[in-house]
Amino acid sequence: MTSARAVSLVARREFVTKVRTRSFLIGTAVIIAVLAGYVVLQSVLFDDQQRSVVGLSGQATQLADPLREKAKAFGIDLETRDVTTAGDAEQEVRDGSLDALVTGAPPELKMIVKGSGDEVLTTALNDVLRQQVLTAQLAEAGINPQEVAQSLANAKVDVTALEPVDPQQGQRLAIGLIVAALLYYSLLVYGTMVAQGVVEEKSSRVVEILLATVRPWQLLLGKVIGLGAVGLLQLLVISTVGLGLSSAFDVVDVGAVGGAALLTGVLWYLLGFFLYATVFAAAASLVSRQEELQSVLTPISMTIIVAFVAGINLMIGSPSGPTVTVLSMLPPFAPILMPGRMALGVAPAWQVLLAVALALLAIAAITWLGGKVYANAVLRTGARVKLREALKL
Amino acid sequence: MPEGVLEIDAVSKRYGEVVALRDMSFDVRAGELFGFVGSNGAGKTTTMRIALGVLSADSGEVRWNGRTVDLDTRRRIGYMPEERGLYPRMKVLDQLVYLAELHGMSTNEAHTSAENWIARLGLRDRRTDEVQRLSLGNQQRVQLAAALVHEPDVLVLDEPFSGLDPVAVDVMSQVLREKASAGVPVVFSSHQLDLVERLCDRVGIVSAGSMVASGTVDELRSGGAPRLVVESPTTVWTASLDGVRVIEKNGTRCVLELADGVDDQAVLHAALAAGPVHEFSRQRPSLTELFRNVVTTEGRSA
Repeated sequence: MTSARAVSLVARREFVTKVRTRSFLIGTAVIIAVLAGYVVLQSVLFDDQQRSVVGLSGQATQLADPLREKAKAFGIDLETRDVTTAGDAEQEVRDGSLDALVTGAPPELKMIVKGSGDEVLTTALNDVLRQQVLTAQLAEAGINPQEVAQSLANAKVDVTALEPVDPQQGQRLAIGLIVAALLYYSLLVYGTMVAQGVVEEKSSRVVEILLATVRPWQLLLGKVIGLGAVGLLQLLVISTVGLGLSSAFDVVDVGAVGGAALLTGVLWYLLGFFLYATVFAAAASLVSRQEELQSVLTPISMTIIVAFVAGINLMIGSPSGPTVTVLSMLPPFAPILMPGRMALGVAPAWQVLLAVALALLAIAAITWLGGKVYANAVLRTGARVKLREALKL
Repeated sequence: MPEGVLEIDAVSKRYGEVVALRDMSFDVRAGELFGFVGSNGAGKTTTMRIALGVLSADSGEVRWNGRTVDLDTRRRIGYMPEERGLYPRMKVLDQLVYLAELHGMSTNEAHTSAENWIARLGLRDRRTDEVQRLSLGNQQRVQLAAALVHEPDVLVLDEPFSGLDPVAVDVMSQVLREKASAGVPVVFSSHQLDLVERLCDRVGIVSAGSMVASGTVDELRSGGAPRLVVESPTTVWTASLDGVRVIEKNGTRCVLELADGVDDQAVLHAALAAGPVHEFSRQRPSLTELFRNVVTTEGRSA
């Protein structure tokens, strides 16, 4: 039997066993449900924020068209409604079904709101009113109001940006954060899963039968590949559903940014997983019972958590700052920070390549070292094996 | 070249200051059931683990068919570790198929063989149950199936009978006998000496990491100084005989140990001369007595 066959048999078992478990199916479903809920909520809030209903009464009704246009220029979706009874309409404002009620005849308008008036709406209304007054007076003075409007429109400041802001900046940041969060989740969850698998084999002693027919490194590699594939599958399912929902609900403009983020996410997931999973497995091989597992996993989990929390804060603050730049290239942090920075579009190619190269080197070193610890410790049941002893031989 | 022989040749192993094995040597021949007995900590499990490559020896080697055992030959060994081990949450059939495949069978062969052993060991109703849901006895059967499912060329079983009910003991004995008669060398350890005595072609007694006695049960039992059981009213007559020692006296019955070259007929004559003799027989120690003897002597010399 070749090594490849041994590794693939182990990997297949890990994959099939895990994918069939209820926890995997339910877990994935819950994440998708949360994601979908978030997207729907976002789109509803988005809509709500930008839509106002204004009641117009009496002569104010003639302002409907210019007001809607003005509001559109300010970026709000305004709906106007002609009301006949001012009293009923006032009640509607109190209920919240109308955002404002405008009464009176230009230029003496009154606006009734519930709490504080929408500033943008007030400004828009004022502008419309001033425009009307101006037009009326210009006409009286015998000047063509359209020509004046034209020259007014032409009089504006020409802004030159020294560091132009990417119009997609917000979206990029959102995607960067989501990618970092997903990677953080996957590395932590699937790393822990590898560790639990190692301890399960050790505590159930099945490892003794397995090691009579496969080598420790084959067992370790098969386990890492199998569970890594499960994590990848989940990551892909979640991302696809997430991206699909987002574009369906128009929350983010998916397009190129989302696709690229997905690709880099997968690349860094693989790098990060191989880096961390071997460490998780080696640490787990030191103990014999699930209860003892937490104590050896804490330092590793902490590294990932620190990378995520500190990294995210720094990344939101200054994604190109020296601290984030250096951290994002170092192997323990790169799998979480680099894809985030790549999604933000602030990582130059040389930094990405350097980070990948360093990660690959680290994987080679960690696999060698972790494999050794695993091979030395996995058959020693009972008391926790000291790391120094496991590194001997 | 020795065909079908598993040889353990001068294997030594230390754990720090503790010597676990000291020049452990024995062989198990094709078609033979070899019983491996010894008190706890004598080195039986360590020997088996080294044979399976799960542990590495400090010196000495394990050979199969005259060649040092490597990973490929090890795949052809069926192994039941002392600490039973199966995936608790894996279904019986899946588990056996997986283990058969890991031992080099193709997926189809693995399925056929797993189903076959499930049927043989009476686990058909349980084939899609998770192992953790089975009774202890059934888990033991699955464990045996796990050792047999790849149709191994050698069987190494550590305490296969411990925890089995009488029916399962019979099933296990039958399977082991059958494997042996098919030409497979079978070595197993056990504390149930009566069972070993009944079942095994040859027995090895281990003490403090070395093989202190090995051979067929008959060879072992007839070894050592000959003993006689004599029932007669007195034992005074024994004092006049050279090379005869009373080692046990119980009423009118006594056990005598004869030195080399003492004629038992002379002893009988002396006894008859002293009075009536109601019983005169050769005492052959049971395996249990032999074992106790060997272990306590070793213990004293150590």
